[in-house]
Amino acid sequence: MGFFLETLLGGLMTGMLYSLIALGFVLIFKASGVFNFAQGSMVLFAALAMARFAEWLPHWTGLSNKFLVNALALLVALAIMIVVAWLIERLVLGKLVNQEGIALLMATLGVAYFLDGFGQVLFGSDIYKLDVGMPKDPVIVLDKVLPGGVLVSLEDLIAAGVAAALVALLAVFFQKTSTGRALRAVADDHQAAQAIGIRLSRIWVIVWSVAGFVAIVAGIIWGSKLGVQFSLSLVALKALPVVILGGLTSVPGAIVGGLLIGVGEKLSEVYIGPYLGGGIEIWFAYVLALLFLLVRPQGLFGEKIIDRV
Amino acid sequence: MLYRENGQFKTNYRADQQIFPILQDRIGIAIVLLIAFVLVPLTAPEYLLRAILIPFLILSLAALGLNILVGYCGQISLGTGAFMAVGAYAAYNFQARIDGFPLLLSLLCGGLCATLVGVAFGIPSLRIKGLYLAVATLAAQFFVDWAFLRIKWLTNDSTSGSVSVAGLQIFGLRIESPEQKYLFCLAIVAVFALGAKNLVRGAIGREWMAIRDMDVAASVIGIRPMYAKLTAFAVSSFIVGVAGALWGFVYLGTWEPAAFSIDRSFQLLFMVIIGGLGSIMGSFFGAAFIVVLPIVLDNLPYWFGIPVDTALASHLTFMIFGSLIVFFLIVEPHGIARLWSTAKEKLRLWPFPH
Repeated sequence: MGFFLETLLGGLMTGMLYSLIALGFVLIFKASGVFNFAQGSMVLFAALAMARFAEWLPHWTGLSNKFLVNALALLVALAIMIVVAWLIERLVLGKLVNQEGIALLMATLGVAYFLDGFGQVLFGSDIYKLDVGMPKDPVIVLDKVLPGGVLVSLEDLIAAGVAAALVALLAVFFQKTSTGRALRAVADDHQAAQAIGIRLSRIWVIVWSVAGFVAIVAGIIWGSKLGVQFSLSLVALKALPVVILGGLTSVPGAIVGGLLIGVGEKLSEVYIGPYLGGGIEIWFAYVLALLFLLVRPQGLFGEKIIDRV
Repeated sequence: MLYRENGQFKTNYRADQQIFPILQDRIGIAIVLLIAFVLVPLTAPEYLLRAILIPFLILSLAALGLNILVGYCGQISLGTGAFMAVGAYAAYNFQARIDGFPLLLSLLCGGLCATLVGVAFGIPSLRIKGLYLAVATLAAQFFVDWAFLRIKWLTNDSTSGSVSVAGLQIFGLRIESPEQKYLFCLAIVAVFALGAKNLVRGAIGREWMAIRDMDVAASVIGIRPMYAKLTAFAVSSFIVGVAGALWGFVYLGTWEPAAFSIDRSFQLLFMVIIGGLGSIMGSFFGAAFIVVLPIVLDNLPYWFGIPVDTALASHLTFMIFGSLIVFFLIVEPHGIARLWSTAKEKLRLWPFPH
């Protein structure tokens, strides 16, 4: 029982992290109808910027306060991601308005290649440590109730907390601010939004910046867990089934989908994996999402797809 | 002035329905084929054959297969690498387990196995559409990657799925030198391209295009979506499977599942989109572009004598590749095939403006 709970909790934590990346996909898809394959590269780029500036800033300015350095590095990384968002809107998406979905998808793949290369040219291609002061030691909880207790990684717990806070923040931003309202209007109907005076190009820059911010958070959390390295950009591939399971257009879908996939992945690896030769984590999420879509083609919370002639 | 159909009157349906109704096109194709079959093997240096032309031919075949699915039937697939892998490993199994199994037959059997897998993963397309389907096809990619790594039976008990073939021969002729390999690939590609061209001109091709343009309307006028979509998946993955088998047998010789990773799928999708969706010719243009571009980019510093660190060079290649893709999509979203047809339109009037 204790072991089952541990697996379950571990799955929930990983799921939360998948949700973070899936969130970036959903935000951009809702606002601009672009399926952003570059999200993973943005995570890598942001994490690289953050890690390297956290390393460089003390040399340049002589700061030694760790918290201050990290906060400054975060700001710099955020500024960089906003510039990236602006450039993407200016140079790529703005020129591809009204193109088919697949052309846009391929364009983001091109952006992904570019960011992967550019990030490593700028910041180097080794494995970098990103230390934001997360505790590494696991703690044992529930040892009164269950024999042996349940082992929980504090780092994962904090990460999940941060992810939850970010989601709440985004929800407030979308529901309560006027920019958020504009974003929702654009998501509902591009033309109607333009007609009432919302500037699409500005909205797209904002959305891509928000996605960049989400990428930074995801990059920090994944980066401090695994180290900042190229494989970070592949984490996005893990988030794709989350996105389609939850529904391409739904923020709650990204969260619930992430949790489902995280838990499903861990439980299946532990309980089914040994019979199949192990390593089924790689495809389990995809097959789960695929089977689910057979029943509900628009995902858990996606808008119902209505075909008209 | 040279390229126009004026005066070429068709007097029967056969003449009207031939693949290349314009005489100049027929002559052009004949010249291209002549160069490809005779001139190139006689004159091309070994490096050109081995490193550029053979991969170009095989990847055009794969792109052709993918173009049938994406360009003609409108079903986006990100699992092409998986179907190539199935073709390669299935062909390998036929070759390794059955003594004296003919090469051509094992390639075709590899294609057939890929067809089965392709149809199995195509079934969801009956319910899932668009981007959802694109992501769902990634399931095929990851599952197949895993299967060839972990299930020992599929790879004839070789460690980490690494297998190799040697001593290729067809009808008693050994295929060893680059020229022979090139001609072998070229013959297969030519046959498949001809077949594909005819398929997409026929009833089934029109059904695919109807499904692509609007599937609800197509089913209203009596096209069976299940039949059309699954045949597209079947034909596409058969061609892709044969291409995969050729890639393993002729180009690589020794390979492991990583040769057919997700990057390969993306690469093929790039070829199809840059070459031109829904164009047989476009698959070749796209393959040429994507095969040659990285080689040129890699060699550019050497040609100009600029010393560049290899790691930096590979990152720069990534950057330039990515930006060129974006640039191309912006300048000509319909691919090189569209440029080609525009050029032909212009040629009809040349040298007059109207």
